Amino acid sequence: MWNWLKQCYHRLGSPKWFYQISGRWLPWFGVACVLLLSIGLVWGLAFAPMDYQQGNSFRIIYLHVPAAILAQSIYMMMAAMGVVLLVWKIKMADVLAKALAPIGASMTFLALVTGSIWGMPTWGTWWVWDARLTSMLILLFLYLGVIALREALSPEDAAAKACAILAIVGVINIPIIKYSVDLWYTLHQPATFSLTEKPAMPMEMWLPLLVMVLGFYCFLAWATLLRARHEILRREQQAHWVRELMLRE
Amino acid sequence: MSEAFRPLSPVSHHPVRLSRVLWAALKREWCLQVRRRGDLINPLLFFALVTILFPLGVSPVSEVLAPVASGVLWVAALLATLLSLDALFRPDLLDGSLEQWVVSGQPVAPLALAKVMMHWLLGSLPLIVLAPFLGMMLFLPWSAVPALMAALFLGTGVLALVGAIGAALTAGLGKSGVLLTLMVLPLYIPVLILGTQTVQYAIAGHSPLPTLALLMAMWVVALMLAPWAISASLKVVVQGQ
Repeated sequence: MWNWLKQCYHRLGSPKWFYQISGRWLPWFGVACVLLLSIGLVWGLAFAPMDYQQGNSFRIIYLHVPAAILAQSIYMMMAAMGVVLLVWKIKMADVLAKALAPIGASMTFLALVTGSIWGMPTWGTWWVWDARLTSMLILLFLYLGVIALREALSPEDAAAKACAILAIVGVINIPIIKYSVDLWYTLHQPATFSLTEKPAMPMEMWLPLLVMVLGFYCFLAWATLLRARHEILRREQQAHWVRELMLRE
Repeated sequence: MSEAFRPLSPVSHHPVRLSRVLWAALKREWCLQVRRRGDLINPLLFFALVTILFPLGVSPVSEVLAPVASGVLWVAALLATLLSLDALFRPDLLDGSLEQWVVSGQPVAPLALAKVMMHWLLGSLPLIVLAPFLGMMLFLPWSAVPALMAALFLGTGVLALVGAIGAALTAGLGKSGVLLTLMVLPLYIPVLILGTQTVQYAIAGHSPLPTLALLMAMWVVALMLAPWAISASLKVVVQGQ
């Protein structure tokens, strides 16, 4: 089992193998993504019971919560890829990190936008300097910083390592930022909203949310693999196997 | 044979002690940075000017200025530190000194730390001395000044160490002002929050020690970890040249 995993890990480090294996996985993730997202959306938006306090406006959590979960976990994945790149010098890790960054930034943006759309009917304002909102906004800027750094640096492997270092520094900072923003919020913000104590979610509301989260993860896998495959073809355009592949198609 | 003409062997049998390397690096940084006076004075002028903009732009009344004084001073100090860091490593990269660091066989992290320490000493200490006077102009109560200075003392250290990582990563670029800001400012937010909180506590008559302790903790963590990130970044930049 262990040896098999190790073999798998090393094979995935080779662009050619990754391209072939991911080609086989891609349709599965695509199908799972479409199925789960459509089931989750229809279930959540049409059949889940209405919230007794917020009415129908609560249904935006079926987009908001999965996007927020992905926004945070994608940054962790990016930093993990950075460690793999710096420690084992596996170039595929950087291909994945490059593929992940814009998806993470868009998920953070989606979480912020859906949150603010939900905030308008519920809190009566588009934006509140709430601890969670603020740390999400900072996360968005962390993503944009990584993307901008990659755009700016010119030799590709130098840019890759620089982005890896920045992502790791960011991951060490995220808990500190979160803690300090919490401290700032608790000291400054008068208790305007008593929405911090959520009523425990009933099963009929929670299950579609779970389906949506799984669907978002499948979307993440599908989008990342697709972007990574394009990146491989671009980077390996001089390689023999890519030329053969191009000639065949 | 005199000391100066002893043949150089490629592998030294008497490795140079790290403390001597560190001392030499500090002396070099002192000379370099003292001789570039403009780079030392400009951030201070920037700090003063940004602070002066607020009474002009918001309101000159003490009821408006006093509550925001600590925030204004911290934002100005943060931006001044950030801008002064932009050219921290670039001249050394261009004249080849960084390459010599990497091939010298000495660990790069202490050398980088020496550079950041000297930059903090010459760049941030004057800023800390200037801060009470600007605070006075913003009607910051005198009782909050010790807390402000202590918070700036610890906070600018963290700002210099964290910002140096960004400066090292962007050293290879011709100009990096906006990129450096975009990369580093999100990482500066904890220092800003804790720094202003410290002053607010002092104004309200509470003890500023809890947030000062947190700032101190951040300073220690930054002092421990940042040199390694800086040295890794410098190696990446030197290899990328």
